[in-house]
Amino acid sequence: MATRQTSSLARLMMAPSVILLFIWMIVPLAMTLWFSFQNYNLLNPANVSFAGLFNYKFFYTDPAFFQSIWNTLVLVVGVLLITVVGGIALALLLDQPMFGQGIVRILVISPFFVMPPVAALVWKNMIMHPGYGVFADIAKFFGAQPVDWFAQYPLFSIIIIVAWQWLPFATLILLTALQSLDGEQKEAAEMDGAGFVSRFIYLTIPHISRAITVVILIQTIFLLGVYAEILVTTNGGPGYASTNLPFLIYRTALLGYDVGGASAGGIIAVILANIVAFFLMRAVGKNLDK
Amino acid sequence: MKLNTLFLGLCGASALAFAAHAETITIATVNNGDMVRMQKLTDDFTAKNPDIQLEWVTLEENVLRERVTTDIATKGGQYDVMTIGTYEVPIWAKQQWLLPLDNLGADYDAADIIPAIAGGLSADGKLYAAPFYGESSFVMYRKDLMEKAGLTMPDAPTWDFIADAARKMTDRAADINGICLRGKAGWGENMAFLTAMSNSFGARWFDEKWQPQFDQPEWKKTLQFYVDLMKDAGPSGASSNGFNENLALFQQGKCGMWIDATVAASFVSNPKDSTVADKVGYALAPDTGLGKRGNWLWAWSLGIPAGTQKAEAAQKFVSWATGKGYLDLVASKEGWANVPPGTRTSLYNNPEYQKAAPFAKMTLDSINSADPTKPTVKPVPYVGVQFVAIPEFQGLGTTVGQLFSAALAGQSSVDDALAGAQTAAVREMTRAGYIK
Amino acid sequence: MARAVSTRRKIGFTVAAWVVALLIFFPILYTIITSFKSETEAIAGFSLVPSGTLESYAEVQAQSNYFKFFLNSVVIAVGSTILALLIAIPAAWSMAFSPTKRTKDILMWMLSTKMMPAVAVLVPIYLIFRDANLLDTRIGLTVMLMLINLPIVVWMLYTYFREIPGEILEAARMDGATLWGEIVHVLTPMAVPGIASTMLLNIILAWNEAFWTIRLTTTNAAPLTAFIASFSSPQGLFWAKLSAASTLAIAPILIMGWFSQRQLVRGLTFGAVK
Repeated sequence: MATRQTSSLARLMMAPSVILLFIWMIVPLAMTLWFSFQNYNLLNPANVSFAGLFNYKFFYTDPAFFQSIWNTLVLVVGVLLITVVGGIALALLLDQPMFGQGIVRILVISPFFVMPPVAALVWKNMIMHPGYGVFADIAKFFGAQPVDWFAQYPLFSIIIIVAWQWLPFATLILLTALQSLDGEQKEAAEMDGAGFVSRFIYLTIPHISRAITVVILIQTIFLLGVYAEILVTTNGGPGYASTNLPFLIYRTALLGYDVGGASAGGIIAVILANIVAFFLMRAVGKNLDK
Repeated sequence: MKLNTLFLGLCGASALAFAAHAETITIATVNNGDMVRMQKLTDDFTAKNPDIQLEWVTLEENVLRERVTTDIATKGGQYDVMTIGTYEVPIWAKQQWLLPLDNLGADYDAADIIPAIAGGLSADGKLYAAPFYGESSFVMYRKDLMEKAGLTMPDAPTWDFIADAARKMTDRAADINGICLRGKAGWGENMAFLTAMSNSFGARWFDEKWQPQFDQPEWKKTLQFYVDLMKDAGPSGASSNGFNENLALFQQGKCGMWIDATVAASFVSNPKDSTVADKVGYALAPDTGLGKRGNWLWAWSLGIPAGTQKAEAAQKFVSWATGKGYLDLVASKEGWANVPPGTRTSLYNNPEYQKAAPFAKMTLDSINSADPTKPTVKPVPYVGVQFVAIPEFQGLGTTVGQLFSAALAGQSSVDDALAGAQTAAVREMTRAGYIK
Repeated sequence: MARAVSTRRKIGFTVAAWVVALLIFFPILYTIITSFKSETEAIAGFSLVPSGTLESYAEVQAQSNYFKFFLNSVVIAVGSTILALLIAIPAAWSMAFSPTKRTKDILMWMLSTKMMPAVAVLVPIYLIFRDANLLDTRIGLTVMLMLINLPIVVWMLYTYFREIPGEILEAARMDGATLWGEIVHVLTPMAVPGIASTMLLNIILAWNEAFWTIRLTTTNAAPLTAFIASFSSPQGLFWAKLSAASTLAIAPILIMGWFSQRQLVRGLTFGAVK
């Protein structure tokens, strides 16, 4: 009796968010799906007609399509690698005794508070600019030829910028996990004569593995949608070297004003993201259940 | 505490909504220097029209274009005056999204607007947007470096002369590049320059049947010329340089020549920002003897969306901002050199302006030599000098721009870039129904 | 001896950590420094010592009224966060304390609603906002950002609530506590740190959201992201001005983050800590 009451109460409590999110998901999705079967250019609204699957075919045969999927994956994996490895290293460092720990931590988490367009503008103009950027100044100081980051390593440059934004997030979560590691366990391992490396592999890593999966999960969701940084820095170029899927959709939607094509691209992106998510969730879900 | 803030905020929002009853017009505008200056001078307008209040939305060019296009196409009704370019006006006028400007007042003198500019902003003989600021492009060069190279710049140079001079002026050891040109991908960035340049090489985007022409020898000549020239005499990192980057390079004395917007002349000749202010000369954009020069035509203009409830107030504002009186107002407050250029013939006949702007004649000649209705050597079915005024151009232009910037960066060959451009253009034009 | 070694180690770690921290912070620091330079200084080459001029700030303020944008940012970020918490707390609560077989699926589904690329749904959303008269309103934007961040909020609260041991609840129930009493006396005190850090994280995410906040506003509701959009890439390189605008846009959230760092960290585990 009591349990039935609680379970219906539980449903009631969940209802608002589930219903809201359901509407939030289904309405735009339905409209997008509808538009994806239409020939609909925003600048030519008189000429709307049924397009069948043509928008999908058109998006899928875009010369940049496969490269954009590849770039999306490279971007996600690249940023994850840097933030997870860098985050572990940073967390280990911040976990050590030191002077001014509070200030150090504040400095390290600061990039997380910077809005993406500002971050991209700052990196583009003041750090990586081949003429006036700090990197160029350093190169010139050593008598080297400054690197033209966005022309020579476009995708890598964007990975750096995005990784800079997300490194604090990873560090914070991993640090919290590290700090919950039992001091006694650590000491016991030390007593056993375990060196730093083996302690790291057999004690630390298993302990923070859950934190790592959480970092991967949350970041992947955000990283699959990165496009503002690309728009500000490389405009997807040179060639298609830094065009990812969201940028390709941006180009279709807000440069071509092709609502039908962009909708088809959106649906394709959702399907691909869900495939990624499916594998991710399975891996992460397992790890979280432990 | 936080709820409190929220509550106060909401009150503030509704208070604003009530204050708006004195007829507020919302103006969307771009964040360039002339527009920002206009915002500071609006007291003059509100003093003359106390019943009209102005709300400004200032955005950078790309975001502005996105915002106003989305709004006007969906009839969102967020703006009463929109700042748009010569690209948008023909397309929007055709859709009847803009009000014809037929009520600008008796002393407006529409006949004074430079004909080439007025032509680009009219459809069926009616003016659909009033130019606030107009520009073409021309060559800016360093007189001292030209002399050092033993050359004299003619008023109307050829591309061969420019290329020769650029290579001779280049002095890598002294960090001097013979020529700085746009390389950053984008339909309004490198493609504005390259499309205008291709006109002078006899190339065109489409033939009369809307067949893309990137597989023709004229385009190959254009792109090869550009890539070779930039490799020999251009700055490092050229593929990410746009107007701003080149401006800074030129101001710091790192460019021998720069072909870009005429408006740049007032920046490079301003001793406050430019280290080379007293050494700059000007010449018309180059040609190859085919009858067309490589210069473009652009005007930031004020248009009124057809759905607005405040058309009368909006026209009053447009008339004020683009009228002769505004030029005098700026001149009296900030000097003739800061007057928005390129819109009115009378400005160029004004001796005071000619004195303050040594580049005035060359600017006017450049504007007059561009013809948006007949931009190319061979006939074309479209309007626009450095763009093609069709809705599909922004997306297609940016794609082609990406491919060409890859060729400039050395990541693909000229042939591959052109082949890619041709494929992309055929695809897009077939889809849009131009190619049957 | 041992103490000397550990002091030396501590100094070593201190130096290493400070070097790394300053490197990471450098882009922000350099932006702040550049904002106090004149335009010519800003592109004149590397220098950490600005002339200290405030002219960029004066120009920025003259061009746009910072406080209007700032107020909108505060209202929208705080408002959407409160709204999201009100809706998410009950849901996360029931998921954590009366989980069913489908709880995990529901959670994952909620997260997956974030995967639709925003650009692809701009036109549908713009049409909805237009018809509902929500364009350029703070309410519209508040609801929008609430919906965007709701999945993360539910998730974060869920993982946090789950760490609260169920036995405590049962013990309270045994003592005859009503549901209300359960909530007020037992759970709230335990849940507060998690709610606090969720709130902080959500404010940060809402503050920095830069797609919808620009596309759905014009004047009345435009927050600091729109403020930045009026200073990026104008004609000419105005890096000092851009730096001043950037500093103004990120300063409030940065300062809030610094002061609430401890609270933010305490709950920011996403269930990562057992």
